Amino acid sequence: MQDNYQSSSYKELEQKSKYTNIFLRWFLYFVLILFASYFIFPLYVMVVTSLKTMEEIRQGTLLTWPSSLNFDSWLVAWGGRGYGAGDTFLRPYFWNSIKMVVPAVFFSTFIGAMTGYVLTKWRFRGDQWVFLFLLFGCFIPFQAILLPMARTLGTLGISNSVVGLVLVHTVYGIPFTTLFFRNYYISVPTELVKAARIDGAGFFKIFFKILLPISAPIIVVTVIWQFTQIWNDFLFGSTFSFGEAAPIQVALNNMVLSSTSVKEYNVDMASAIIAGIPTLIVYVLAGKYFIRGLTSGAVKG
Amino acid sequence: MKTLKIEELSKNFGTTEVLRKINLEIDEGNFLVLLGPSGCGKSTLLNIIAGLETINEGNVFIDDYNVSKVEPKDRNIAMVFQSYALYPSMNVKENMVFGLKQAKTSKEKIEEQLEKVSTFLQVDKLLERKPSQLSGGQRQRVAIGRALVREPRIFLFDEPLSNLDAKLRVEMRREIKKLHQQLKTTVVYVTHDQTEAMSLGTKIAIMNHGVIQQNDTPENIYNKPSNTFVADFIGSPSMNLIKGKLIENSNNISFIADGSTLEVPINNYDFIEKPDLNNKEIYFGIRPEHIYFKKFNEEDFDINLRADLSEYIGHEQIVTLDYSNQEILAKFPSTIKIELEKEMKLYFDLKHTSLFDFKTKVRL
Repeated sequence: MQDNYQSSSYKELEQKSKYTNIFLRWFLYFVLILFASYFIFPLYVMVVTSLKTMEEIRQGTLLTWPSSLNFDSWLVAWGGRGYGAGDTFLRPYFWNSIKMVVPAVFFSTFIGAMTGYVLTKWRFRGDQWVFLFLLFGCFIPFQAILLPMARTLGTLGISNSVVGLVLVHTVYGIPFTTLFFRNYYISVPTELVKAARIDGAGFFKIFFKILLPISAPIIVVTVIWQFTQIWNDFLFGSTFSFGEAAPIQVALNNMVLSSTSVKEYNVDMASAIIAGIPTLIVYVLAGKYFIRGLTSGAVKG
Repeated sequence: MKTLKIEELSKNFGTTEVLRKINLEIDEGNFLVLLGPSGCGKSTLLNIIAGLETINEGNVFIDDYNVSKVEPKDRNIAMVFQSYALYPSMNVKENMVFGLKQAKTSKEKIEEQLEKVSTFLQVDKLLERKPSQLSGGQRQRVAIGRALVREPRIFLFDEPLSNLDAKLRVEMRREIKKLHQQLKTTVVYVTHDQTEAMSLGTKIAIMNHGVIQQNDTPENIYNKPSNTFVADFIGSPSMNLIKGKLIENSNNISFIADGSTLEVPINNYDFIEKPDLNNKEIYFGIRPEHIYFKKFNEEDFDINLRADLSEYIGHEQIVTLDYSNQEILAKFPSTIKIELEKEMKLYFDLKHTSLFDFKTKVRL
C-alpha cells in the first residue's frame, strides 16, 4: 500500500518537474531573444539607413528595407564628394587612428606585462604600494587628467599630434594592463622563475623565454581591451588634437555636426559603421581567446 | 672538506625570524633530509643554500668556498621543485638543456649529456613532448633530468613527491633512493613526510620554529630523540610521553607516574649526564610499538593497564590505554583480541625508553 502510494506520487512529481522545465526553457529563450533584438535593433537601423538614398529615408520609416543596395553613402563617408573646402570624410582620420592605436596598444601592453612580471616575480619592499597606486590610475576619471596632460604634452612639444595621443593612451592604459598581467602572473608558479634563475637565466631572459610564451591568453585580453578603449576614445582625441591630427571618432563627430546643409543620415550612418568596424573585427578574430583569457586560471607546469 | 657547510645562519622576513643560528655540515655523498612541520623554515633554508634567498647573518660554504653572495647559477647546485617547475612553453629536450645553453656549453657536450641522462631516466622517448603532455611521474623524471644534466655538486629537492598520488609517491621515493645509490651525489632534501625522511636520508635534520632540533642518523632520531618535539614528531602514532617524577635511592632509579604508586625501574637507562635526579619532574617516553602484549625479553617490565579503545587499521590495531589517568597508545597485531574496559597485563620494553626533562623538554 505504502509502496503504491509512493510510486504514483513520484510519477506525478516527475511529470510536474518536466512541465516546469519546458516552461523555464521557453521563458529563457524568450528573454534571450528579447535582449538580443534589443541590441541588434540599432545596428539594423544603421545598416538599413546607410544603404538608402535620402529620398527613401524621407518617405519610408526607420524599419523599411531599402529598395536597392546603394553603397554611395559609404563611398562619400570614406572618400568624400571630391569638392574642395568643407568636405570632411573619414579616410585620413581612419589612418590617424590606426597610427595612434597600434603603437599605443603595443607599448601599453608591453609595459603592463613587464610591470606585472616585476610585481609578482621580483617582489620588493613596498611593491603592494606601487600596485595600489597603479590601481588608483584605473579609477581616476579621464577629465581629471586633462589639464596636467595638456601641460605635459605642451612642454614635450607633442601637443596636437598623433605621437602625443600615443603617449596619453599608453600612460592611461598602463594601470589596466598592469592589473591584467599582474593577476595572470600571480597564478604562474614562482618556482618557474626560481628554476630559471638556477639555470642561469636573468631578468629579461626569464621574461621573454619563460613567461611571455605562456601569456597568449592575457595578451589577447589586454589587446582587445586597449584597442577598444583607444579606438573608441573621444575625450582625449578631441582635447589634445584637432584638424589633421584628429582620430576617427573626433572626425566622425565633426562630420556629423558640421554639415551646414541638409542632414545626410545615410552618410552619417555609414560613417558611424566604418568607425566601429575595426573594433568588431578585433572581437571576431580574438573573441574566443578573450573569454578563455578572462577565465583561465593557473598555468599547469 | 665538507661539501656543504652552514655557519651561524639567521634569516628574517621583516620582524619574523624564520631561521635562527643554523649550523649544519654535510659530507660528500650524504643524503640530508630537512624535516619539519610546515612553516618551520626548511624550505627557506633550502632556498638559501640555492642562493634564491638572501642571508641576514652567517655564511654558506660549498666545498669550503664561501658562496653566501654567489649567484644561484654559479653555485654548482641543481634543484628539483614541488611543482616540478618545467617551463610550459618548451618541450622536454629544451627543458633539460636550458641550463647548459645558458652556460654556453658546447653543442656536442649538450647532446652527449642529454643522451646520457635521458636514457638513464627513461625519458628518451619523450624528448619532443610538452610538459602538459606528460604524466606526473614523467614530469618528475624530467625535472630530475634537468637537474642531472648539469652534473651539480649538490642536489636540492624541495618536497618533490608531495604532488604525486600515494602509490606513485612510494615508487618515485624508491627511484630517488636508487638514483642516490648509483650517483653518490650529495643531496639536500626537504620534506614534511617522516616516512620519506626515514627511508631516504642518511642524515635527518629535524626543524621547528627556525631551529634545528636534532641532526642525526634516522636510527638515532627514532631511538634517541633529543627532545620532546622530535619524540612527538617522529613515529605514527607518536611516542607516549607520561608525566611523572624520578625516585633515586641507593643506586636504584625508578619512575613514578603522576597519580600512581607503581615504580618503573630504569636502572639501565643511558643518561647523558647524571646530576641530581631525585624527585626530578620528567616525561617518561615509550613508543606504542614498544609496549608488548606478551613478554619478549627477560627485562620487560610487566604492568596492568585498562584498555579503553581499539582502532583497527588492517595489519595492526592501536589501543588506547589508561595509565593512572594519562592516555597512552599501544600498537598490537590485529589478531589479538582486546577486551575493552578491562585491565590487561602488558609489558614495557625498557631498552627503548626515552626520558625528558619536564621543564626544558630536553632528553636526559
